[in-house]
Amino acid sequence: MRRLFAILCCYVATSLTSVHADEPMTTVDADPATLTTVSPLPSDPVAEPVSVETLLQSLTEVKLSKALPVLKQLESLGGVALLPMFKGMLEGDLYFVKSSKEVVMISTIKGELTAQGVLSKQPLPGVSKNQLKKIRVNNKLRGFLRQAIARLQISHPDASKRLAAVQALLTHLSDETIATLERVRPQEQDEDVQAMIDLALALHQSDSADPAVRLAAVYVMADSLESDARNKLVKIIEHDTDPKVKAAATKALKQINEEIEFYGFIDQLFFGLSLGSVLLLAAIGLAITFGVMGVINMAHGEMIMLGAYTTYVVQLMMPNAIEYSLWVAIPLAFVVSGLVGVLIERGVIRHLHGRPLETLLATFGISLILQQLVRSVFSPLNRQVASPEWMSGTLDINPILSLTLNRLYILAFALLVFGLLLLILRKTSLGLNVRAVSQNRDMAKAMGIRTDWVDAMTFGLGSGIAGIAGVALSQLTNVGPNLGQAYIIDSFMVVVFGGVGNLWGTLVAAFSLGVANKFLEPVTGAVLASIFVLIFIILFIQKRPKGLFPQKGRAAE
Amino acid sequence: MNQLMRFSRLHGDSKVAPFVAILVVLTLLASMGNLLMPEDSAFYVSTYTITLLGKYLCYAMLALAVDVIWGYCGILSLGHGAFFALGGYAMGMYLMRQIGDRGVYGNPELPDFMVFLNWTELPWFWQGMDQFWFAMLMVLLVPGILAFIFGWLAFRSRVTGVYLSIMTQALTYALLLAFFRNEMGFGGNNGLTDFKDILGFDLQADTTRVTLFAITALLLAVILVVSHKILQSRMGKVIVAIRDGESRARFIGYRTERFKVWLFVYSALIAGIAGALYVPQVGIINPGEFSPLNSIEMVIWVAVGGRGTLIGAIVGALLVNFAKTKFTAIMPDGWLFALGALFVFVTLYLPQGLMGLYKKMMDKRRPDNSDSHGSDTEGKNAEPAVKGGNV
Amino acid sequence: MSALTDVREVMRRDQVWSFLKDEQKQVDVSHEVILYVEGLNLSFDGFKALNDLNLYVNDGELRCLIGANGAGKTTLMDVVTGKTTPDSGSVYFGQSINLLQHDEADIAQLGIGRKFQKPTVFEALSVFDNLELSLKQQKSVLPMLFARLTPTEIDRIDEVLNVIGLKEQCFMQAGALSHGQKQWLEIGMLLVAEPRLLLIDEPVAGMTAQETERTAELLTSLAGERTVIVVEHDMEFVRSIARTVTVLHQGSVLAEGTMDQVQNNPDVIEVYLGEAP
Repeated sequence: MRRLFAILCCYVATSLTSVHADEPMTTVDADPATLTTVSPLPSDPVAEPVSVETLLQSLTEVKLSKALPVLKQLESLGGVALLPMFKGMLEGDLYFVKSSKEVVMISTIKGELTAQGVLSKQPLPGVSKNQLKKIRVNNKLRGFLRQAIARLQISHPDASKRLAAVQALLTHLSDETIATLERVRPQEQDEDVQAMIDLALALHQSDSADPAVRLAAVYVMADSLESDARNKLVKIIEHDTDPKVKAAATKALKQINEEIEFYGFIDQLFFGLSLGSVLLLAAIGLAITFGVMGVINMAHGEMIMLGAYTTYVVQLMMPNAIEYSLWVAIPLAFVVSGLVGVLIERGVIRHLHGRPLETLLATFGISLILQQLVRSVFSPLNRQVASPEWMSGTLDINPILSLTLNRLYILAFALLVFGLLLLILRKTSLGLNVRAVSQNRDMAKAMGIRTDWVDAMTFGLGSGIAGIAGVALSQLTNVGPNLGQAYIIDSFMVVVFGGVGNLWGTLVAAFSLGVANKFLEPVTGAVLASIFVLIFIILFIQKRPKGLFPQKGRAAE
Repeated sequence: MNQLMRFSRLHGDSKVAPFVAILVVLTLLASMGNLLMPEDSAFYVSTYTITLLGKYLCYAMLALAVDVIWGYCGILSLGHGAFFALGGYAMGMYLMRQIGDRGVYGNPELPDFMVFLNWTELPWFWQGMDQFWFAMLMVLLVPGILAFIFGWLAFRSRVTGVYLSIMTQALTYALLLAFFRNEMGFGGNNGLTDFKDILGFDLQADTTRVTLFAITALLLAVILVVSHKILQSRMGKVIVAIRDGESRARFIGYRTERFKVWLFVYSALIAGIAGALYVPQVGIINPGEFSPLNSIEMVIWVAVGGRGTLIGAIVGALLVNFAKTKFTAIMPDGWLFALGALFVFVTLYLPQGLMGLYKKMMDKRRPDNSDSHGSDTEGKNAEPAVKGGNV
Repeated sequence: MSALTDVREVMRRDQVWSFLKDEQKQVDVSHEVILYVEGLNLSFDGFKALNDLNLYVNDGELRCLIGANGAGKTTLMDVVTGKTTPDSGSVYFGQSINLLQHDEADIAQLGIGRKFQKPTVFEALSVFDNLELSLKQQKSVLPMLFARLTPTEIDRIDEVLNVIGLKEQCFMQAGALSHGQKQWLEIGMLLVAEPRLLLIDEPVAGMTAQETERTAELLTSLAGERTVIVVEHDMEFVRSIARTVTVLHQGSVLAEGTMDQVQNNPDVIEVYLGEAP
């Protein structure tokens, strides 16, 4: 009887795999010896029906509380071929046709309901929802399904999928799971997956009666950052009777905790750098306008806001090409904000030359007008700007450290913009003029540099960069009329801290303030952190009124 | 040399006295209009109007504070809202303690918001605030000490110009953030409100309102006269000298930072008093008063009226706020446009404000009108008080 | 008890509190030298503005400093008046007062007056007010708040107004004065303060020949009673007033002596006319 059953299993398995030819099986082969290890418990009351079809049939009939054994059998019989079914069941997409009792998966494609036979893989024509009945699941079943999916995924050809599967198994290691893992371990090629499987086995072995085995297991766990391993170690320290194991576990836990602390530090550092990159983008525009013209553009924040709204509008115009929208938005935002900047310079600031305080007031008035304009045109509510596919997601370094891609890109982007700006100032004639004017305006004028033109261009450049900063910000936060206001004080702090007229100072200041802010935050809370940073800068100016990297000598007077 | 002495007495603008007289008379008239006239009389002044006028006068006092340091010493503070709000909070705390067990939760000791936050004890900085004299002391001390510390730090290290402006803005911004926090113990987002009475007088009563209004007017007059005296003194001349040439003033032996610090403190005290008078009349104080926009708005009142003239600051505050009340009633969205435009217009075309314009017109009229070629565009904008048209 | 005695000590009626006392130090010129400048070094970003500079000025002397642009003349004045702090070296006013320990206001109170290259007066104040503020007086906040114009002060101002010839413009705003008049006003502001040492940077720039002559007269008449150090490019003017001339070159003293001695000094000739003859 047993033999016959095994052969039958093989048959079903191979016949199913042939349907799924594009997903070759790597580990589940037709070796009867292996299959016997996953055979259902003989004591099962519903062990009588032996084919996948009959099992599926019974799945439609059994009560919720009796479904677990059926699923167990299905897993061992159907194997990888039933993976989509398990997944569908987990998500509640598994139905059966009321009349024929055929089990189907439903999906909605282009607004139309389609049902696909689980075994036949053929779509059922013309099925409506009221002909179907859902196969219900409860939490217990869901738990099992997840485990089963993970067990089946172990044989997935993609190493990352296998890794994820083993990882999912760690939380609940049943005997079957261990058996499966032990079976696949020798065939596994990928090192990461190997390590993960070893960890799973070690977790299991740590419950062994033999202290030597437990000790070995602890050593394996020491190298892992998985939270399951850590929890297990804590448990061992509390309950294990063997002092040697206990000592090893304590040491391992300490090592792990140190590592976690280290990665936590890296994580904070990353967030700090990310904030720093935003500050840098917001501040460099201000740094050059302040450095060259000695005026504070209080509407600088609104230039950022305009850039962000440009992104929003671009996405409205091209809803089907969100992926590329940023490439359009970046130059467009530069142009829009830059033009507005030039207009402000020509229309207002030029007439207030040599009166920096009045300039501050006038540009503040402009910022009020721009804000209200945006409120009237778009609405006072925040707008959501979509992130392109390639910017969302995370970069997973290890179980506790993952970096969000959008922040990573913005960090790189900020550095790129900084580099470009540096290049413009160093290599172009505009840059030469700008530097000349910022060092000695009168002399530059005497040399025949059209200072008013340089002023306008500088202002345009600074504002344009603010616009670009707006594009970057739109990827991190919602876009609203007050977006820019929040940044003007911070940006100015960066400029003051770094030293006026020094781009490198701005860079260092932006990143150090960003990092300081993020490291203070967990200790003091976000609000107090920014207050502390403000107070720090006020005190800092006491010591070094000209910033970190002051312009020295007579030019500074 | 006698003529010299006489000159220096005549030299100062003697418009303060008539202005104070006008202020006092108008205050008396308005008060009587409210208290003595029947409600259907044409001369009846509603309590709403009285409160509104009281609010305007608080703003005028605030504008005076800004003008004293900006107009006369060239220190553009974008953080005077902070001193105003701190004075207001000190008064608000007193009024809050006066509520006693009449709050929603009926706790005789703790204000409602503390009960709401499950606090069991009054924080230390709320101690003593139930005493009027102590609260009034705090109205002066808190803004004064903050101004002293900030001013001492900033002026000692010679932070000037736009740096200083942004620093003051950062100061009020930091306080804004801090006061929004519930844990600070100042009512968080909602601030302090639902006041019942002051020194036992019902805050809703007409007589209390009129009294508060009259006290505001009186204090405004006193502060105006005192400020005028200070600025007429030799110290006032030093202050103007610092505005025009700080390093020169230092090279003839003045510790300019000390003058600046004390003037800053004086100005902060005025702002604090204005805030303390504002709160009982308006009935609420919340962190919004710390917002940088508020602080910068008061600068524009001064700019409109004419900085460097005390009366100009008062006139500016009254005019702009009157316009604001009217404007927001007609088209609420338009106000920020108008305010923004006002900022640009005044800085570009009216650097000396209305007082400067008035003076220019007077100067033009007084000597033989030789150069009466085409009055410029600003001329049309002058108040009707100035009789237009050349003879 | 001791606290009470302490309080009594502090509250003694026959004494003014020490922090209220006017700590005007007298300049000790017992060795005839009023200004000692020794081993002064100062560099901006690698550029040596002052290079081991040594200078001694006698009490009552009229000293002229000459030298090309960048020779360190103005920088030296900045250091003496406390505007700039040197990298190393010492500056003593008389025997005992270390100027490097004092700030600008202190130094001015000690009796060192300075006139800038560009005339700086308080433009919004009247000529009279400008002089009133420059008077030798208690210059801290409270005394200034309650100060009244005394007849002595008016006389003093009147006197100076006569010297600088601005009697007519007494109540004019200083901003409305001509360039030359501003120069005079600034000199007047120095005089009214009765300083011991005057540092004057290019006094005759922008003055007419007649005014220049008057300035020369004024400066020579001041010497003796006061010590005057003048920086000037106008060699005719220097020749007309100078007794001792110091030539600065690249931040240090190149030569010192009478005008003739200096003009015949081979080092000076080399520096100014190229190679030595």
